[in-house]
Amino acid sequence: METALILTGLGSVFFASAPIVFAVIGETIAERAGVINLSINGMILLSAMGGFVVSFQTGSLFAGFLTGALIGALVAFIVAFSSITLKQSQVAVGFVLALTCRDLAYFLGNDYMGKGGPRLPAWDLPVLSDIPIVGPIFFHQDLITYISFLMIFLSWMWIFRTRPGLMLQGIGERPASAYVRGANVNLMRYAYTVLGGAIAGLAGPAYSLSVKAGWNGTISGLDGFGWIALAITIFGGWNPLRGAFGAYLFGLLQWLGLVLQPSLPNVPSQVLQVAPFPLMILTLFLVNIGSTEWVERTLAAMPESSRRFLTRALRALRASPPASLGVPFERE
Amino acid sequence: MKVELRGIHKYFGVNHANDDITLTIPSGTIQGILGENGAGKSTLMKILSGFIHADSGEVLLDGKPVVIESPAVAIHDGIGMLHQDPLDFPPMRVIDNFMLGQKGGLFPNRVRAARDLRRLQKEFDFDIDPENYVDSLTVGERQQLEIMRLLYLGARVFILDEPTTGISAAQKDKLFETLKKFREQAITVIFVSHKLEDVEKLCDQVAVLRQGKLVGAMDKPFDQKKLVEMMFGKEVPLGTKQTACQDRTVLNLDHVSIEGMRLKMKDIDFHICEGEVVGLAGMEGSGQDLFLRACAGLIRTVGGVVKVNDRDLTGKSYHTYKKHGVEFLPAARLEQALAPGLTLAEHFILAEKQTGVFINHERGRRLAEERIKTFNIKGAPVSPVESLSGGNQQRTLLSLLRHPLSLVLVEHPTRGLDIESVVYIWGKLKERCKQGAAIVFMSSDLDEILQYSDRVLVFYNGRISHPFDANKTNVQQLGELIGGKGWDE
Repeated sequence: METALILTGLGSVFFASAPIVFAVIGETIAERAGVINLSINGMILLSAMGGFVVSFQTGSLFAGFLTGALIGALVAFIVAFSSITLKQSQVAVGFVLALTCRDLAYFLGNDYMGKGGPRLPAWDLPVLSDIPIVGPIFFHQDLITYISFLMIFLSWMWIFRTRPGLMLQGIGERPASAYVRGANVNLMRYAYTVLGGAIAGLAGPAYSLSVKAGWNGTISGLDGFGWIALAITIFGGWNPLRGAFGAYLFGLLQWLGLVLQPSLPNVPSQVLQVAPFPLMILTLFLVNIGSTEWVERTLAAMPESSRRFLTRALRALRASPPASLGVPFERE
Repeated sequence: MKVELRGIHKYFGVNHANDDITLTIPSGTIQGILGENGAGKSTLMKILSGFIHADSGEVLLDGKPVVIESPAVAIHDGIGMLHQDPLDFPPMRVIDNFMLGQKGGLFPNRVRAARDLRRLQKEFDFDIDPENYVDSLTVGERQQLEIMRLLYLGARVFILDEPTTGISAAQKDKLFETLKKFREQAITVIFVSHKLEDVEKLCDQVAVLRQGKLVGAMDKPFDQKKLVEMMFGKEVPLGTKQTACQDRTVLNLDHVSIEGMRLKMKDIDFHICEGEVVGLAGMEGSGQDLFLRACAGLIRTVGGVVKVNDRDLTGKSYHTYKKHGVEFLPAARLEQALAPGLTLAEHFILAEKQTGVFINHERGRRLAEERIKTFNIKGAPVSPVESLSGGNQQRTLLSLLRHPLSLVLVEHPTRGLDIESVVYIWGKLKERCKQGAAIVFMSSDLDEILQYSDRVLVFYNGRISHPFDANKTNVQQLGELIGGKGWDE
């Protein structure tokens, strides 16, 4: 009985983390091309609201998810247009859009607060769901969660294994070199920013039509997902596999917070709810600690054997951002 | 491939960067393009490689007129350009760099690409691990990678922009060998440089640009005096050498050990006297940079004693070293030594002792005007420092040095500068020596080291030779040591 409960719990971690996974993958793709889309926190709220309202009105879940993706693509297009064509600061535009979209979501969604609506049904995959241990964790989910699994794999494949993906890495790394090799840098940046926005836009409906169906305005519990996704993108070193790992780690910490609450009565429940956030900061710190100067100095003074081990460990963790992230490209 | 340029004109505003350039380069020729910085060499090469478009004139390849829209079209037409700072992707793997930009299906065949790369390496006797990351390669190796990549894409004309800057002597020899092989395959090479020796050694014919005009051409054998005259319109005196005065010791290293990420150096004993110049030779990354940084207090030494002016500064910070009259001029001038975005005047204000809270702009302007005059900097007090050419940035750095100084540590003092600036900068450095400063510098240019140093240290893989008297050694001897020959064990 205990084991079954734990397995279901772990399954729910993958289920509940799907929105963050979409957000992280979308952001990873945009940032790989060199564009930071800081709007995603507000955009996800807007797409969650929009997705819920559309499928509430039409009764079609598909229309709801499509709306979410379209909202994501549209907001990303605004980011791309103002940063690539108008050469405005991506950070400033992203922040303003994040706030605007959030308030817009609360305002437009007011009439639909607390209404019961459609919800994506659970769908146990035949055969696969019968596998012991693996089955209950991974294959007692719903369609959008399976899509999130698939998306992790596909985006990783695209970035690291295909020819256009190689060029995508190049565009974010050194657009001048990519241009010399035949890439239309700005067009590609538009395309990947909008595509990344559409994927991140699925995070909204994945929440409001699946994880926690319905629209509850400010108490939806969705505000903040976008910011944490931005942090996880960095933690993930702009790699979908590592990013997904970060998203699931965050989900696991949140779940542990809930599970541990009864057995730690002395700890205020707020502490366990908030703990995942500082823990993410700590992780970020550990990932990037290897590149700070004082660590290098300390390492240089350490004995040979432990130093070599630590240096290797830190280098494996360290991830460098695409070198031209946030920098507009101008050909001479 | 035969390349013809006919009546090329290019204006940047009122600046006539290319003024009616007509040049024919027969197939399989190594064509040198000489000229001072700003003579219009780069503009001409950018036109040929599709980066910018000529205002008028035409380009013919093998007799057929072509329109070079973009660098991608250029490579399609068979023109490949090797930039001074190779246009590659440093954090990515060698094999990915090699494949990036190649045409083909959705999934590139890494195994085949690696095999092709190895085949090319064998042909030219290069040795680069396909799985290595490009940022761990030397500039010379990155060049080799770019050459193979362009060749693989079918380049029949190679444009090389200052390719010998920042690579070791051995890599330069290999590069020249490679380019000579191209001659047999009827591949045309355009070699852009301001280094006379390189052009003389390699090229079949030379064209000289000055102020946007083609002022002369010459076939082998070259008359160096005449070339210099064509380049500058006058003769440039080359610096004279001083004998070392064995006075007071400025810097003393006693059994010092230095450890970097990749290298470890043990038991270094070294001293330098007032007015002395010591040159550090060796392949890039053999420890010279660590040595200089340790002398500047930028990296902490792990063992031994460092004394500046007889005072023990072991383990002290860079600021303490500065207080004792040590200055460090890094090779990355703009990134590590200057503040891009600030003007010349603001740099001089920053370097002055601070008085009061508010900026005295008037004083900054006066200071800047005065230094611009004494140091012959081409720029105005309000020019942002990044808008200056490399030579003028280096002059600015020199003008920022305080008085008096006991030790100046310089990385590549003249990398990427034209002859006039080189002579000027060494003149200023030697002036400092007369005033009692000692200079330690590293360079990949052996001629520079032999010409300006009193003593020479050779670095090889973290090992340091005993000091050579610069008057008693020669390129041959140093070259062998740099390449790893003649070390005991």
